[in-house]
Amino acid sequence: MNISVREDPRIPRAHEAVRAVADPEIPVLTLGDLGVLRGIDIAPDGVLEVSITPTYSGCPAMKVMELDLQVALEAAGLPDARIRTVLAPAWTTDWMSAEGREKLRAYGIAPPVGKASRRALFGEETAPACPLCGSTRTVKISEFGSTACKAHWRCEDCLEPFDAFKCI
Amino acid sequence: MSETPLFAYTLRLADTSLVLGHRLSEWAARAPTLEEDIALGNLGLDLIGEARLFYDYAGKVEGQGRDEDALAYLRDDREYRNLLMVEQPNGDFAVTMARQFLYAAFAHPYYYALGNSKDATLAAIAAKAEKEMAYHLRHAGEWVIRLGDGTDESHLRTQAALDDLAIYIDEFFEVDAIDRALIEAGVAPDPAKVRAEFEASLAHVLDEATLTKPSVRHGQSGGKRGLHTEHLGHLLAVMQSLHRAHPGVTW
Repeated sequence: MNISVREDPRIPRAHEAVRAVADPEIPVLTLGDLGVLRGIDIAPDGVLEVSITPTYSGCPAMKVMELDLQVALEAAGLPDARIRTVLAPAWTTDWMSAEGREKLRAYGIAPPVGKASRRALFGEETAPACPLCGSTRTVKISEFGSTACKAHWRCEDCLEPFDAFKCI
Repeated sequence: MSETPLFAYTLRLADTSLVLGHRLSEWAARAPTLEEDIALGNLGLDLIGEARLFYDYAGKVEGQGRDEDALAYLRDDREYRNLLMVEQPNGDFAVTMARQFLYAAFAHPYYYALGNSKDATLAAIAAKAEKEMAYHLRHAGEWVIRLGDGTDESHLRTQAALDDLAIYIDEFFEVDAIDRALIEAGVAPDPAKVRAEFEASLAHVLDEATLTKPSVRHGQSGGKRGLHTEHLGHLLAVMQSLHRAHPGVTW
């Protein structure tokens, strides 16, 4: 990357503009917290380009994310920005910030447990702690919760059901 | 004009994902429990998302201006290249779970291998799909165990489902001229190399499920050449009717 691109004044303005854009389905997380926001750059044709990556191939929130980013950039005086979807490297929960994990827990969603790796397919998995009472006596109800990125669990102590972010 | 192997291959991956995704969507509001209804919807969403990425790429490879909608909604059954397994009707819940389990047990290691493709786009799509298929395999595997090792009735039905579907397994591993060309080019993985992992998943789950692996004398194939079972035409008629009645409609 050449120096003039690095110093382009649109880049810090764009960073500032998209900093607060939230995930449409989990509004306590910003796209940055989630690791969906992959970069802000100037494309070879001189257009400001914001790159995002889907959490899951079929994530229905991608269009809304694009729109929310466009609106935020336009409000910051950057109406000509382009949103680009990148697939590689594939999104992983390892990219979720520590701050993002804590925000999730406080919101009532158990954050992803541990590091994503190609774990044993049929072995035991680590149970997430209940985001409400902190108990680790939790049981899985379903591999799929309210969205593709979450599983459905229940706490055996406080008896509350909760969503847990899948670790991928 | 004859199509390129890369276009034909990408279309097969797209069609297989779309047809199975559509089959799962047929369960919406009909699953045995609310949690399962949501799960089947999410599985379908993963598959249709993968299909869209493959179609988008296939359209670009073909270079004739066909987008994902044109490829999904404006081709007849003879032009569809999906594996026969995924077009089989949902049947009861045991049939759907057996079909899902068999497909995911193949697709999971296959996509892992495709993640090393020399084609950067296919590799990127596969690297995402592999993670999704791991969940599909675990989910369906748990159900096959639960149903097989459940009541006499659920055992009977799950064994019958496996016996009926087993004739479509060999097609997963079939290699024709299109596959061969791409395997040699380092674009497609050789499916024979993932057979051991497929068989290991089957052995593990069926053993725990107290089910017997069906033996197959003659496997059915033809889906990759556009020769389908009677079920695909009906599926496409439903799936494509809106788009064909209102060409180019958006909402």
